[in-house]
Amino acid sequence: MNKTILKRVFASGAKDFLRGGAVSAATVLIMTVTLSIIGALIFLSALLSYTLGVIENKVDVSVYFVTTATEQQILAVKGELEQLPQVASVTYTSADDALAAFRQRHANDQLTLQALDELGGNPLDASLEIRAKDPSQYEGIVNFLSASPALSPGGTSIVDRINYAQNKDVIDRLSVAIGATREVGIAVVLVFALASILIAFATIRLAIYTARDEIAVMRLVGASDAYIRGPFLVVGVITGVVAAVIALLLFIPAAWYTGMQTASWLGGFSVSGYYATHALFIASVLIGSGIVLGAVGSMLAIRKYLRV
Amino acid sequence: MIYFDKVSKRYNDSAALEDVTLSIAPKEFVSLVGHSGAGKTTLLKLLIAEERPTEGSVFFESVDVNDLPLSALHFYRRKIGMVFQDARLIPTKTAYENIAFAMEAAGRTDEEIESDVPYILELVNLSDKASHFPDELSGGEKQRVAIGRAIINQPEMVIADEPTSNLDPINTYEIVEILKKINELGTTVLIATHNKGVVDAVGRRVVTIDRGRIVRDDAEGKYVM
Repeated sequence: MNKTILKRVFASGAKDFLRGGAVSAATVLIMTVTLSIIGALIFLSALLSYTLGVIENKVDVSVYFVTTATEQQILAVKGELEQLPQVASVTYTSADDALAAFRQRHANDQLTLQALDELGGNPLDASLEIRAKDPSQYEGIVNFLSASPALSPGGTSIVDRINYAQNKDVIDRLSVAIGATREVGIAVVLVFALASILIAFATIRLAIYTARDEIAVMRLVGASDAYIRGPFLVVGVITGVVAAVIALLLFIPAAWYTGMQTASWLGGFSVSGYYATHALFIASVLIGSGIVLGAVGSMLAIRKYLRV
Repeated sequence: MIYFDKVSKRYNDSAALEDVTLSIAPKEFVSLVGHSGAGKTTLLKLLIAEERPTEGSVFFESVDVNDLPLSALHFYRRKIGMVFQDARLIPTKTAYENIAFAMEAAGRTDEEIESDVPYILELVNLSDKASHFPDELSGGEKQRVAIGRAIINQPEMVIADEPTSNLDPINTYEIVEILKKINELGTTVLIATHNKGVVDAVGRRVVTIDRGRIVRDDAEGKYVM
Protein backbone atom coordinates (compact mmCIF):
# COMPACT_ATOMS: atom_id res chain seq x y z
CA MET A 1 0.00 0.00 0.00
CA ASN A 2 1.58 3.26 -1.10
CA LYS A 3 1.69 6.54 0.83
CA THR A 4 -1.26 8.12 -0.98
CA ILE A 5 -3.51 5.10 -0.34
CA LEU A 6 -2.38 4.92 3.28
CA LYS A 7 -3.20 8.61 3.74
CA ARG A 8 -6.65 8.08 2.22
CA VAL A 9 -7.33 5.03 4.41
CA PHE A 10 -6.47 7.01 7.56
CA ALA A 11 -8.48 10.04 6.43
CA SER A 12 -11.46 7.85 5.62
CA GLY A 13 -11.17 6.06 8.98
CA ALA A 14 -11.04 9.38 10.85
CA LYS A 15 -14.10 10.56 8.94
CA ASP A 16 -15.99 7.35 9.75
CA PHE A 17 -15.05 7.74 13.43
CA LEU A 18 -16.39 11.31 13.53
CA ARG A 19 -19.48 10.32 11.54
CA GLY A 20 -20.19 7.72 14.24
CA GLY A 21 -21.05 10.58 16.64
CA ALA A 22 -22.75 9.36 19.82
CA VAL A 23 -22.03 5.71 19.00
CA SER A 24 -18.30 6.41 18.68
CA ALA A 25 -18.47 8.39 21.94
CA ALA A 26 -20.17 5.49 23.75
CA THR A 27 -17.49 3.09 22.50
CA VAL A 28 -14.75 5.45 23.64
CA LEU A 29 -16.46 5.73 27.04
CA ILE A 30 -16.68 2.00 27.72
CA MET A 31 -13.14 1.51 26.48
CA THR A 32 -11.99 4.35 28.76
CA VAL A 33 -13.56 2.50 31.71
CA THR A 34 -11.76 -0.72 30.72
CA LEU A 35 -8.42 1.03 30.31
CA SER A 36 -8.91 2.92 33.59
CA ILE A 37 -9.40 -0.39 35.38
CA ILE A 38 -6.21 -1.69 33.77
CA GLY A 39 -4.42 1.50 34.90
CA ALA A 40 -5.84 1.24 38.42
CA LEU A 41 -4.59 -2.33 38.59
CA ILE A 42 -1.11 -1.16 37.66
CA PHE A 43 -1.23 1.35 40.55
CA LEU A 44 -2.65 -1.21 42.99
CA SER A 45 -0.07 -3.77 41.99
CA ALA A 46 2.71 -1.21 42.45
CA LEU A 47 1.36 -0.24 45.88
CA LEU A 48 1.12 -3.83 47.07
CA SER A 49 4.59 -4.65 45.73
CA TYR A 50 5.95 -1.55 47.46
CA THR A 51 4.29 -2.54 50.74
CA LEU A 52 5.61 -6.06 50.44
CA GLY A 53 9.08 -4.66 49.77
CA VAL A 54 8.90 -2.42 52.82
CA ILE A 55 7.83 -5.32 55.05
CA GLU A 56 10.44 -7.61 53.56
CA ASN A 57 13.13 -5.01 54.21
CA LYS A 58 12.02 -4.76 57.81
CA VAL A 59 12.22 -8.49 58.24
CA ASP A 60 15.10 -10.03 60.05
CA VAL A 61 15.59 -13.11 62.11
CA SER A 62 16.19 -12.43 65.78
CA VAL A 63 17.74 -15.23 67.78
CA TYR A 64 17.31 -14.85 71.55
CA PHE A 65 19.66 -16.71 73.85
CA VAL A 66 19.03 -18.13 77.27
CA THR A 67 20.33 -15.94 80.09
CA THR A 68 22.91 -18.59 80.97
CA ALA A 69 24.58 -18.34 77.55
CA THR A 70 27.97 -16.65 77.70
CA GLU A 71 28.97 -13.85 75.37
CA GLN A 72 31.72 -16.08 73.98
CA GLN A 73 29.20 -18.77 73.03
CA ILE A 74 26.92 -16.21 71.36
CA LEU A 75 29.82 -14.65 69.43
CA ALA A 76 30.79 -18.14 68.27
CA VAL A 77 27.28 -18.59 66.83
CA LYS A 78 27.61 -15.11 65.25
CA GLY A 79 30.86 -16.17 63.60
CA GLU A 80 29.25 -19.31 62.16
CA LEU A 81 26.31 -17.32 60.80
CA GLU A 82 28.60 -14.77 59.14
CA GLN A 83 30.20 -17.62 57.21
CA LEU A 84 26.87 -18.43 55.52
CA PRO A 85 26.73 -17.02 51.95
CA GLN A 86 23.08 -15.93 52.27
CA VAL A 87 23.72 -13.80 55.37
CA ALA A 88 24.22 -10.06 54.81
CA SER A 89 24.88 -9.02 58.41
CA VAL A 90 24.66 -10.25 61.99
CA THR A 91 24.30 -7.76 64.84
CA TYR A 92 24.94 -8.76 68.44
CA THR A 93 22.90 -7.14 71.20
CA SER A 94 23.99 -8.05 74.69
CA ALA A 95 21.49 -8.40 77.53
CA ASP A 96 22.80 -5.14 79.05
CA ASP A 97 22.42 -3.28 75.76
CA ALA A 98 18.91 -4.70 75.35
CA LEU A 99 18.03 -3.50 78.87
CA ALA A 100 19.46 -0.01 78.19
CA ALA A 101 17.52 0.21 74.93
CA PHE A 102 14.36 -0.95 76.70
CA ARG A 103 14.76 1.69 79.41
CA GLN A 104 15.33 4.40 76.82
CA ARG A 105 12.30 3.30 74.78
CA HIS A 106 10.10 3.45 77.88
CA ALA A 107 11.67 6.51 79.47
CA ASN A 108 8.26 8.18 79.69
CA ASP A 109 6.50 5.07 80.95
CA GLN A 110 7.17 5.05 84.66
CA LEU A 111 4.84 2.14 85.32
CA THR A 112 6.80 -0.18 83.03
CA LEU A 113 10.13 0.96 84.44
CA GLN A 114 8.86 0.45 87.96
CA ALA A 115 7.71 -3.05 87.10
CA LEU A 116 11.17 -3.73 85.63
CA ASP A 117 12.87 -2.54 88.79
CA GLU A 118 10.64 -4.72 90.94
CA LEU A 119 11.70 -7.77 88.93
CA GLY A 120 15.30 -7.12 89.87
CA GLY A 121 18.28 -8.02 87.66
CA ASN A 122 18.04 -8.15 83.86
CA PRO A 123 15.16 -10.22 82.53
CA LEU A 124 16.08 -9.55 78.85
CA ASP A 125 18.01 -11.99 76.68
CA ALA A 126 21.04 -11.31 74.58
CA SER A 127 20.20 -11.62 70.87
CA LEU A 128 21.56 -11.77 67.33
CA GLU A 129 19.73 -9.89 64.55
CA ILE A 130 20.38 -11.57 61.23
CA ARG A 131 19.70 -9.91 57.87
CA ALA A 132 19.68 -12.02 54.74
CA LYS A 133 20.86 -10.83 51.35
CA ASP A 134 17.44 -11.85 49.95
CA PRO A 135 14.19 -12.14 51.95
CA SER A 136 13.57 -15.59 50.52
CA GLN A 137 16.72 -16.85 52.21
CA TYR A 138 15.51 -16.41 55.80
CA GLU A 139 13.95 -19.81 55.83
CA GLY A 140 17.32 -21.36 54.97
CA ILE A 141 19.02 -19.47 57.80
CA VAL A 142 16.39 -20.59 60.30
CA ASN A 143 16.78 -24.16 59.08
CA PHE A 144 20.53 -23.87 59.61
CA LEU A 145 20.01 -22.69 63.19
CA SER A 146 17.56 -25.50 63.86
CA ALA A 147 19.73 -28.17 62.27
CA SER A 148 22.90 -27.26 64.18
CA PRO A 149 21.79 -25.85 67.52
CA ALA A 150 24.44 -24.07 69.58
CA LEU A 151 24.82 -26.08 72.76
CA SER A 152 26.00 -25.15 76.23
CA PRO A 153 28.65 -27.27 77.94
CA GLY A 154 25.75 -28.97 79.77
CA GLY A 155 24.37 -30.17 76.44
CA THR A 156 21.30 -27.96 76.34
CA SER A 157 20.59 -25.48 73.57
CA ILE A 158 21.56 -21.88 74.30
CA VAL A 159 18.94 -20.58 71.85
CA ASP A 160 15.84 -19.48 73.70
CA ARG A 161 13.62 -18.60 70.70
CA ILE A 162 13.69 -17.49 67.02
CA ASN A 163 11.08 -14.89 66.03
CA TYR A 164 11.05 -15.49 62.25
CA ALA A 165 7.78 -17.42 62.10
CA GLN A 166 5.60 -14.41 62.96
CA ASN A 167 7.10 -12.23 60.20
CA LYS A 168 6.90 -15.08 57.72
CA ASP A 169 3.20 -15.35 58.35
CA VAL A 170 2.67 -11.65 57.56
CA ILE A 171 4.73 -11.91 54.36
CA ASP A 172 2.92 -15.03 53.26
CA ARG A 173 -0.48 -13.44 53.84
CA LEU A 174 0.53 -10.29 51.95
CA SER A 175 1.86 -12.38 49.06
CA VAL A 176 -1.43 -14.27 48.92
CA ALA A 177 -3.31 -10.93 48.99
CA ILE A 178 -1.21 -9.61 46.11
CA GLY A 179 -1.77 -12.79 44.09
CA ALA A 180 -5.51 -12.71 44.78
CA THR A 181 -5.76 -9.02 43.89
CA ARG A 182 -4.00 -9.63 40.60
CA GLU A 183 -6.22 -12.61 39.77
CA VAL A 184 -9.44 -10.75 40.60
CA GLY A 185 -8.13 -7.72 38.71
CA ILE A 186 -7.35 -9.76 35.63
CA ALA A 187 -10.83 -11.33 35.75
CA VAL A 188 -12.46 -7.87 35.97
CA VAL A 189 -10.25 -6.60 33.13
CA LEU A 190 -11.21 -9.60 30.99
CA VAL A 191 -14.93 -8.95 31.52
CA PHE A 192 -14.58 -5.26 30.62
CA ALA A 193 -12.27 -6.07 27.71
CA LEU A 194 -14.92 -8.42 26.32
CA ALA A 195 -17.56 -5.70 26.73
CA SER A 196 -15.28 -3.21 24.95
CA ILE A 197 -14.64 -5.58 22.07
CA LEU A 198 -18.36 -6.27 21.68
CA ILE A 199 -19.22 -2.57 21.67
CA ALA A 200 -16.39 -1.79 19.22
CA PHE A 201 -17.75 -4.65 17.09
CA ALA A 202 -21.24 -3.11 17.12
CA THR A 203 -19.85 0.35 16.32
CA ILE A 204 -17.89 -0.90 13.34
CA ARG A 205 -20.90 -2.85 12.14
CA LEU A 206 -22.89 0.40 12.19
CA ALA A 207 -20.05 2.24 10.43
CA ILE A 208 -20.02 -0.44 7.72
CA TYR A 209 -23.79 -0.09 7.33
CA THR A 210 -23.56 3.73 7.17
CA ALA A 211 -20.84 3.55 4.52
CA ARG A 212 -22.58 0.88 2.44
CA ASP A 213 -22.95 3.22 -0.58
CA GLU A 214 -19.25 4.04 -0.59
CA ILE A 215 -18.35 0.37 -0.12
CA ALA A 216 -20.55 -0.65 -3.07
CA VAL A 217 -18.89 1.97 -5.28
CA MET A 218 -15.42 0.99 -4.10
CA ARG A 219 -16.12 -2.64 -5.01
CA LEU A 220 -17.50 -1.54 -8.34
CA VAL A 221 -14.44 0.44 -9.35
CA GLY A 222 -12.01 -2.23 -8.20
CA ALA A 223 -10.71 -0.85 -4.90
CA SER A 224 -8.40 -3.29 -3.13
CA ASP A 225 -9.50 -5.24 -0.05
CA ALA A 226 -7.11 -3.24 2.11
CA TYR A 227 -8.52 0.04 0.79
CA ILE A 228 -12.10 -1.01 1.57
CA ARG A 229 -11.42 -2.63 4.94
CA GLY A 230 -8.60 -0.39 6.15
CA PRO A 231 -10.73 2.59 7.25
CA PHE A 232 -12.80 0.41 9.59
CA LEU A 233 -9.68 -0.95 11.23
CA VAL A 234 -8.54 2.65 11.61
CA VAL A 235 -11.85 3.48 13.36
CA GLY A 236 -11.17 0.75 15.93
CA VAL A 237 -7.60 1.89 16.48
CA ILE A 238 -8.64 5.56 16.81
CA THR A 239 -11.28 4.53 19.36
CA GLY A 240 -8.67 2.69 21.41
CA VAL A 241 -6.10 5.49 21.26
CA VAL A 242 -8.64 8.22 22.15
CA ALA A 243 -9.91 6.12 25.08
CA ALA A 244 -6.32 5.54 26.28
CA VAL A 245 -5.48 9.25 26.09
CA ILE A 246 -8.65 10.13 28.05
CA ALA A 247 -7.82 7.49 30.69
CA LEU A 248 -4.24 8.81 30.97
CA LEU A 249 -5.51 12.38 31.38
CA LEU A 250 -8.05 11.30 34.00
CA PHE A 251 -5.29 9.59 35.96
CA ILE A 252 -3.46 12.90 36.46
CA PRO A 253 -6.01 14.48 38.86
CA ALA A 254 -7.00 11.04 40.19
CA ALA A 255 -3.40 10.17 41.11
CA TRP A 256 -2.82 13.61 42.62
CA TYR A 257 -6.01 13.47 44.72
CA THR A 258 -5.49 9.86 45.80
CA GLY A 259 -1.89 10.66 46.67
CA MET A 260 -3.00 13.55 48.88
CA GLN A 261 -5.69 11.54 50.63
CA THR A 262 -3.60 8.44 51.24
CA ALA A 263 -0.09 9.81 51.76
CA SER A 264 -0.31 9.27 55.52
CA TRP A 265 -1.34 5.60 55.46
CA LEU A 266 0.35 4.19 52.36
CA GLY A 267 3.65 3.90 54.18
CA GLY A 268 5.55 6.34 51.97
CA PHE A 269 4.10 5.22 48.62
CA SER A 270 3.32 8.25 46.46
CA VAL A 271 0.61 7.55 43.88
CA SER A 272 1.28 10.73 41.89
CA GLY A 273 5.05 10.19 42.17
CA TYR A 274 4.65 6.67 40.80
CA TYR A 275 2.54 8.00 37.91
CA ALA A 276 5.17 10.65 37.12
CA THR A 277 8.07 8.20 37.13
CA HIS A 278 6.21 5.43 35.28
CA ALA A 279 4.18 7.60 32.85
CA LEU A 280 5.81 6.10 29.77
CA PHE A 281 5.21 2.53 30.95
CA ILE A 282 1.56 3.22 31.89
CA ALA A 283 0.94 5.12 28.63
CA SER A 284 2.44 2.25 26.61
CA VAL A 285 0.28 -0.34 28.38
CA LEU A 286 -2.95 1.68 28.06
CA ILE A 287 -2.43 2.81 24.46
CA GLY A 288 -1.30 -0.69 23.47
CA SER A 289 -4.33 -2.25 25.18
CA GLY A 290 -6.65 0.32 23.56
CA ILE A 291 -5.27 -0.40 20.11
CA VAL A 292 -5.59 -4.16 20.64
CA LEU A 293 -9.18 -3.91 21.95
CA GLY A 294 -10.27 -1.58 19.12
CA ALA A 295 -8.49 -3.57 16.43
CA VAL A 296 -9.92 -6.91 17.63
CA GLY A 297 -13.49 -5.50 17.67
CA SER A 298 -12.97 -4.04 14.18
CA MET A 299 -11.45 -7.18 12.74
CA LEU A 300 -14.34 -9.32 14.00
CA ALA A 301 -16.92 -6.92 12.49
CA ILE A 302 -15.01 -6.63 9.20
CA ARG A 303 -14.73 -10.41 8.89
CA LYS A 304 -18.43 -10.86 9.57
CA TYR A 305 -20.01 -7.92 7.74
CA LEU A 306 -17.55 -6.79 5.09
CA ARG A 307 -16.99 -9.57 2.61
CA VAL A 308 -15.12 -8.05 -0.32
CA MET B 1 -12.15 -10.34 -25.66
CA ILE B 2 -15.07 -12.01 -23.86
CA TYR B 3 -16.13 -15.58 -24.26
CA PHE B 4 -18.94 -17.38 -22.46
CA ASP B 5 -18.31 -21.10 -22.93
CA LYS B 6 -21.47 -23.17 -22.37
CA VAL B 7 -22.31 -21.22 -19.24
CA SER B 8 -25.23 -22.21 -17.03
CA LYS B 9 -26.28 -20.58 -13.79
CA ARG B 10 -28.87 -22.10 -11.50
CA TYR B 11 -30.34 -20.80 -8.25
CA ASN B 12 -31.59 -23.86 -6.39
CA ASP B 13 -33.56 -25.69 -9.11
CA SER B 14 -34.32 -22.61 -11.17
CA ALA B 15 -32.08 -21.94 -14.20
CA ALA B 16 -31.24 -18.26 -14.78
CA LEU B 17 -28.89 -19.07 -17.68
CA GLU B 18 -28.78 -22.28 -19.68
CA ASP B 19 -25.87 -23.37 -21.87
CA VAL B 20 -24.96 -19.86 -23.03
CA THR B 21 -22.11 -19.49 -25.53
CA LEU B 22 -21.27 -15.94 -26.53
CA SER B 23 -18.21 -14.06 -27.70
CA ILE B 24 -17.65 -10.32 -27.85
CA ALA B 25 -14.72 -8.81 -29.74
CA PRO B 26 -12.75 -5.73 -28.60
CA LYS B 27 -14.37 -2.35 -29.45
CA GLU B 28 -17.75 -3.95 -30.17
CA PHE B 29 -21.00 -2.30 -29.08
CA VAL B 30 -23.41 -5.07 -28.11
CA SER B 31 -27.02 -4.68 -27.00
CA LEU B 32 -28.28 -7.51 -24.82
CA VAL B 33 -32.06 -7.56 -25.01
CA GLY B 34 -34.76 -9.60 -23.39
CA HIS B 35 -37.75 -9.39 -21.09
CA SER B 36 -37.37 -8.83 -17.36
CA GLY B 37 -36.11 -12.05 -15.79
CA ALA B 38 -34.71 -13.35 -19.09
CA GLY B 39 -31.22 -13.63 -17.59
CA LYS B 40 -29.56 -10.39 -18.75
CA THR B 41 -28.46 -9.22 -15.29
CA THR B 42 -27.25 -12.72 -14.37
CA LEU B 43 -25.05 -12.73 -17.46
CA LEU B 44 -23.59 -9.34 -16.49
CA LYS B 45 -23.01 -10.46 -12.89
CA LEU B 46 -21.08 -13.48 -14.15
CA LEU B 47 -18.98 -11.16 -16.29
CA ILE B 48 -18.00 -8.89 -13.37
CA ALA B 49 -17.38 -11.96 -11.18
CA GLU B 50 -20.13 -11.09 -8.74
CA GLU B 51 -21.57 -14.55 -9.38
CA ARG B 52 -19.92 -17.83 -10.36
CA PRO B 53 -21.37 -20.08 -13.08
CA THR B 54 -22.84 -23.42 -12.10
CA GLU B 55 -21.38 -24.88 -15.29
CA GLY B 56 -19.08 -23.60 -18.03
CA SER B 57 -16.51 -20.81 -18.03
CA VAL B 58 -16.39 -17.06 -18.56
CA PHE B 59 -13.22 -15.80 -20.22
CA PHE B 60 -11.99 -12.22 -20.26
CA GLU B 61 -8.97 -11.79 -22.51
CA SER B 62 -8.25 -15.55 -22.31
CA VAL B 63 -8.35 -15.55 -18.52
CA ASP B 64 -11.01 -17.69 -16.87
CA VAL B 65 -12.76 -15.26 -14.54
CA ASN B 66 -13.62 -18.11 -12.16
CA ASP B 67 -9.95 -18.92 -11.69
CA LEU B 68 -9.13 -15.43 -10.45
CA PRO B 69 -8.13 -15.48 -6.80
CA LEU B 70 -9.95 -13.06 -4.49
CA SER B 71 -6.78 -11.00 -4.17
CA ALA B 72 -6.76 -10.37 -7.96
CA LEU B 73 -10.47 -9.66 -8.33
CA HIS B 74 -10.15 -5.90 -7.81
CA PHE B 75 -7.54 -5.66 -10.57
CA TYR B 76 -9.95 -7.45 -12.88
CA ARG B 77 -12.85 -5.16 -11.94
CA ARG B 78 -10.75 -2.12 -12.84
CA LYS B 79 -10.88 -3.34 -16.43
CA ILE B 80 -14.67 -3.09 -16.46
CA GLY B 81 -16.74 0.05 -15.88
CA MET B 82 -20.24 -0.66 -14.60
CA VAL B 83 -23.38 1.48 -14.93
CA PHE B 84 -26.60 0.50 -13.17
CA GLN B 85 -30.23 1.37 -13.67
CA ASP B 86 -30.30 3.38 -10.43
CA ALA B 87 -26.94 5.15 -11.00
CA ARG B 88 -25.81 4.26 -7.42
CA LEU B 89 -24.18 7.60 -6.69
CA ILE B 90 -23.06 8.53 -3.18
CA PRO B 91 -25.71 11.02 -2.04
CA THR B 92 -23.33 12.99 0.21
CA LYS B 93 -20.84 13.69 -2.58
CA THR B 94 -21.08 16.14 -5.49
CA ALA B 95 -20.86 15.03 -9.11
CA TYR B 96 -17.16 15.91 -9.08
CA GLU B 97 -16.56 14.06 -5.80
CA ASN B 98 -18.46 10.97 -6.95
CA ILE B 99 -16.13 10.63 -9.92
CA ALA B 100 -13.04 11.59 -7.91
CA PHE B 101 -13.98 8.99 -5.26
CA ALA B 102 -13.82 6.23 -7.88
CA MET B 103 -10.36 7.40 -8.89
CA GLU B 104 -9.19 7.55 -5.26
CA ALA B 105 -10.44 4.02 -4.64
CA ALA B 106 -8.55 2.80 -7.69
CA GLY B 107 -5.35 4.29 -6.28
CA ARG B 108 -4.93 7.21 -8.67
CA THR B 109 -2.86 10.20 -7.56
CA ASP B 110 -4.29 13.58 -6.54
CA GLU B 111 -2.73 15.15 -9.63
CA GLU B 112 -4.42 12.63 -11.92
CA ILE B 113 -7.74 13.25 -10.20
CA GLU B 114 -7.42 17.04 -10.62
CA SER B 115 -6.63 16.73 -14.31
CA ASP B 116 -8.97 13.87 -15.32
CA VAL B 117 -12.23 14.60 -13.50
CA PRO B 118 -12.95 17.91 -15.33
CA TYR B 119 -12.22 16.18 -18.63
CA ILE B 120 -14.67 13.37 -17.85
CA LEU B 121 -17.34 15.83 -16.70
CA GLU B 122 -16.95 17.57 -20.03
CA LEU B 123 -17.21 14.26 -21.89
CA VAL B 124 -20.57 13.54 -20.22
CA ASN B 125 -21.73 17.15 -20.69
CA LEU B 126 -21.82 17.97 -16.97
CA SER B 127 -19.06 20.55 -16.54
CA ASP B 128 -21.59 23.05 -15.22
CA LYS B 129 -22.99 20.58 -12.67
CA ALA B 130 -19.68 19.56 -11.06
CA SER B 131 -20.62 20.90 -7.64
CA HIS B 132 -24.18 19.57 -7.63
CA PHE B 133 -25.22 16.78 -5.29
CA PRO B 134 -27.21 13.81 -6.70
CA ASP B 135 -30.42 15.24 -5.22
CA GLU B 136 -29.91 18.34 -7.36
CA LEU B 137 -29.47 16.37 -10.59
CA SER B 138 -32.09 14.96 -12.98
CA GLY B 139 -32.27 11.22 -13.65
CA GLY B 140 -30.37 11.61 -16.90
CA GLU B 141 -27.68 13.74 -15.25
CA LYS B 142 -27.23 11.19 -12.47
CA GLN B 143 -26.84 8.47 -15.08
CA ARG B 144 -24.24 10.58 -16.91
CA VAL B 145 -22.27 10.98 -13.65
CA ALA B 146 -22.46 7.19 -13.27
CA ILE B 147 -21.11 6.77 -16.81
CA GLY B 148 -18.34 9.24 -16.04
CA ARG B 149 -17.48 7.25 -12.93
CA ALA B 150 -17.49 4.01 -14.95
CA ILE B 151 -14.97 5.29 -17.49
CA ILE B 152 -12.73 7.35 -15.24
CA ASN B 153 -10.26 4.51 -14.75
CA GLN B 154 -10.07 3.90 -18.50
CA PRO B 155 -11.65 0.42 -18.49
CA GLU B 156 -11.41 -1.87 -21.45
CA MET B 157 -15.13 -2.48 -21.31
CA VAL B 158 -18.22 -0.63 -20.09
CA ILE B 159 -21.25 -2.63 -19.01
CA ALA B 160 -24.56 -0.79 -18.64
CA ASP B 161 -27.47 -2.60 -17.01
CA GLU B 162 -30.75 -0.97 -18.04
CA PRO B 163 -29.19 2.52 -17.91
CA THR B 164 -32.19 4.27 -19.49
CA SER B 165 -35.15 2.48 -17.96
CA ASN B 166 -36.02 5.41 -15.64
CA LEU B 167 -35.37 8.13 -18.23
CA ASP B 168 -37.46 10.15 -20.65
CA PRO B 169 -36.72 9.88 -24.41
CA ILE B 170 -34.47 12.96 -24.51
CA ASN B 171 -32.30 11.77 -21.63
CA THR B 172 -32.31 8.26 -23.09
CA TYR B 173 -31.01 9.67 -26.37
CA GLU B 174 -28.25 11.57 -24.54
CA ILE B 175 -27.13 8.45 -22.67
CA VAL B 176 -27.04 6.41 -25.88
CA GLU B 177 -25.02 9.12 -27.60
CA ILE B 178 -22.49 9.22 -24.74
CA LEU B 179 -22.13 5.42 -24.79
CA LYS B 180 -21.62 5.54 -28.56
CA LYS B 181 -18.95 8.22 -28.10
CA ILE B 182 -17.19 6.06 -25.49
CA ASN B 183 -17.30 3.12 -27.90
CA GLU B 184 -15.87 5.27 -30.69
CA LEU B 185 -12.94 6.10 -28.37
CA GLY B 186 -12.10 2.38 -28.36
CA THR B 187 -13.96 0.96 -25.36
CA THR B 188 -16.08 -2.17 -25.72
CA VAL B 189 -19.67 -1.52 -24.62
CA LEU B 190 -22.25 -4.06 -23.51
CA ILE B 191 -25.68 -2.66 -22.73
CA ALA B 192 -28.52 -4.72 -21.29
CA THR B 193 -31.89 -3.23 -22.06
CA HIS B 194 -35.48 -3.96 -22.97
CA ASN B 195 -35.92 -0.51 -24.52
CA LYS B 196 -36.56 -0.91 -28.26
CA GLY B 197 -35.71 2.75 -28.90
CA VAL B 198 -32.26 2.34 -27.38
CA VAL B 199 -31.45 -0.76 -29.43
CA ASP B 200 -32.64 0.83 -32.66
CA ALA B 201 -30.72 4.06 -31.89
CA VAL B 202 -27.52 2.13 -31.33
CA GLY B 203 -28.03 0.13 -34.51
CA ARG B 204 -25.27 -2.37 -33.78
CA ARG B 205 -25.05 -6.04 -32.78
CA VAL B 206 -28.07 -7.31 -30.84
CA VAL B 207 -28.04 -10.47 -28.71
CA THR B 208 -31.48 -11.60 -27.63
CA ILE B 209 -31.88 -13.71 -24.52
CA ASP B 210 -35.05 -15.48 -23.48
CA ARG B 211 -35.60 -17.70 -20.44
CA GLY B 212 -31.86 -18.02 -19.91
CA ARG B 213 -30.96 -18.98 -23.48
CA ILE B 214 -29.58 -16.93 -26.35
CA VAL B 215 -32.22 -17.08 -29.05
CA ARG B 216 -30.90 -14.51 -31.58
CA ASP B 217 -27.55 -12.90 -32.37
CA ASP B 218 -27.78 -10.32 -35.19
CA ALA B 219 -24.75 -8.35 -36.38
CA GLU B 220 -26.69 -5.18 -37.07
CA GLY B 221 -29.95 -6.20 -35.63
CA LYS B 222 -33.10 -4.54 -34.52
CA TYR B 223 -35.10 -5.22 -31.41
CA VAL B 224 -37.08 -8.35 -32.22
CA MET B 225 -38.94 -10.30 -29.51
